[in-house]
Amino acid sequence: MTGDARRAAETAARVAYGRLIASLAAWSRDIAGAEDALAEAFVAALRTWPERGIPDAPDAWLLTAARNNLRNRHRHDGIRAAAAQEIERRHDALAEAAPFPDERLKLLFVCAHPAIDAGIRTPLMLQTVLGLDAVRIASAFLVAPAAMGQRLVRAKAKIRDAGLRFEVPEGDALQGRLGDVLDAVYAAFGTGWDAVPGAATGTGDLAQEAIYLGRLLVELLPGEPEAQGLLALMLYCEARRSARRDAAGGFVPLDRQDATLWSRDMIVEAEGLLTAASRAGRFGRYGCEAAIQSVHVQRGVTGRTNHAALELLYDLLAAHAPGVGSTVGRAAAYVARDPAAALAQLDAARAAATERYQPWWVTRATALAALGRVAEARDAMSTAIGLTEDAAVRAWLLGVMDGWPQAAISSGARASNSHLRSPA
Amino acid sequence: MQFMLMFAEPATEVAKRDHPEHAAAYWGGWNAYIGAMAQAGIVVNGDGLQPPHTATTVRVRDGKRLVEDGPYADTKEQLGGYFIVEVPDLDTALEWAARSPAASSGGVEVRPVMPPPAR
Repeated sequence: MTGDARRAAETAARVAYGRLIASLAAWSRDIAGAEDALAEAFVAALRTWPERGIPDAPDAWLLTAARNNLRNRHRHDGIRAAAAQEIERRHDALAEAAPFPDERLKLLFVCAHPAIDAGIRTPLMLQTVLGLDAVRIASAFLVAPAAMGQRLVRAKAKIRDAGLRFEVPEGDALQGRLGDVLDAVYAAFGTGWDAVPGAATGTGDLAQEAIYLGRLLVELLPGEPEAQGLLALMLYCEARRSARRDAAGGFVPLDRQDATLWSRDMIVEAEGLLTAASRAGRFGRYGCEAAIQSVHVQRGVTGRTNHAALELLYDLLAAHAPGVGSTVGRAAAYVARDPAAALAQLDAARAAATERYQPWWVTRATALAALGRVAEARDAMSTAIGLTEDAAVRAWLLGVMDGWPQAAISSGARASNSHLRSPA
Repeated sequence: MQFMLMFAEPATEVAKRDHPEHAAAYWGGWNAYIGAMAQAGIVVNGDGLQPPHTATTVRVRDGKRLVEDGPYADTKEQLGGYFIVEVPDLDTALEWAARSPAASSGGVEVRPVMPPPAR
């Protein structure tokens, strides 16, 4: 199979899987039960399709088989007659709906429900909507596979036992809840971001999964500016992926990347989304972050980075969406022109959350070096290096520090993409 | 909770320790990592180890002593050092393990330390 054909097949399987699980779970409110029932249906398909041929509507066949499995299980559970009647009624309603409705948006909202622990929302989405296995999710999130499996099971049990509703919130509630859904999708992207092409870390393609979810949200919530903003943000960043490493595998910071290596197609798509999002005329965190990335990629056209625009956008972001990530991103934007202001911003934000936050230390070191406080800069950079997981970034930062004589300035140490390292 | 981080490094990494060109980057990475752990206040104990060829392994079988040069197991990656850290949970221990230079070059085994036996 060619790469394109395989991708097409994978996409088709994934769409089918997510839609089937969403349909079954939206009806039964039991994600784990839906997964088991669908798994049994797939086994039955592998047994009967080779003999009897592939049915005209494979999805509908699988849905019916899985639904029957669920129904049998409910019978075995000895459900009372009244309840069974209600279930029959809903089954029939489901059976009549053909093609069956796309319930994936409800599933996304349930996964990012406020009653679900924030740390498990993204893994839950990846598993239920995309069908990723627990081992792969665990690796991406740096959690022991057994522990990740248990957490996913617990989260699904909570959804079932607490009776969380499978619904898309309306009105004002939508905006609040949508933020949680977008954050969970972006967390998947941020987890994949640090991985480099070809690296065997197993996390690199989570960025692709996140973009898939982003596209799904744009499709299911047409005209929602923040969904467009998030997808634009991810595409801008993804467009630069191959420029983030040189031929020898060395780290290349954003401001030194070869702009000709950026993906033109992704940038064009991102610009279109950003334009559409900006028509809403209201501030959105993801729209703002996408606009920041748009400024960065303008360098590919103009040959220079518009620092004033970056400062302005980061001011806006830090004011509307305060957090460690936006604070450090803002300081990184200021450090080139006004390192003293950058340092003051970083010091004002110092807290428990910044102590282990590598971009805070890198940006601080850069500001201190620019101010000629080299000894302090070395201390800060050393801490940053100790907190760095990526070997190529570690080597780059060590090189930056080596380049500091006693009082020189280096502009290359900026924590490019710093805000991306902490998508939450 | 205490965890032991056991850093396994391939021979090519160990060789960098006194390599004229690569030693600075090797030690720079490790010193920064150990410094960051110390700054976080999580280190209970820990050390680097001399290279595997300095190891001697002893076994007693049927009352006979058997002493051999070199490490017990002849694997691609060898124990290069260890740290015992005090952190709230395995997730945090894994975070710190991933930051070590050995995580990129070899691997880090993370195990909870057994509590002392109750008396």
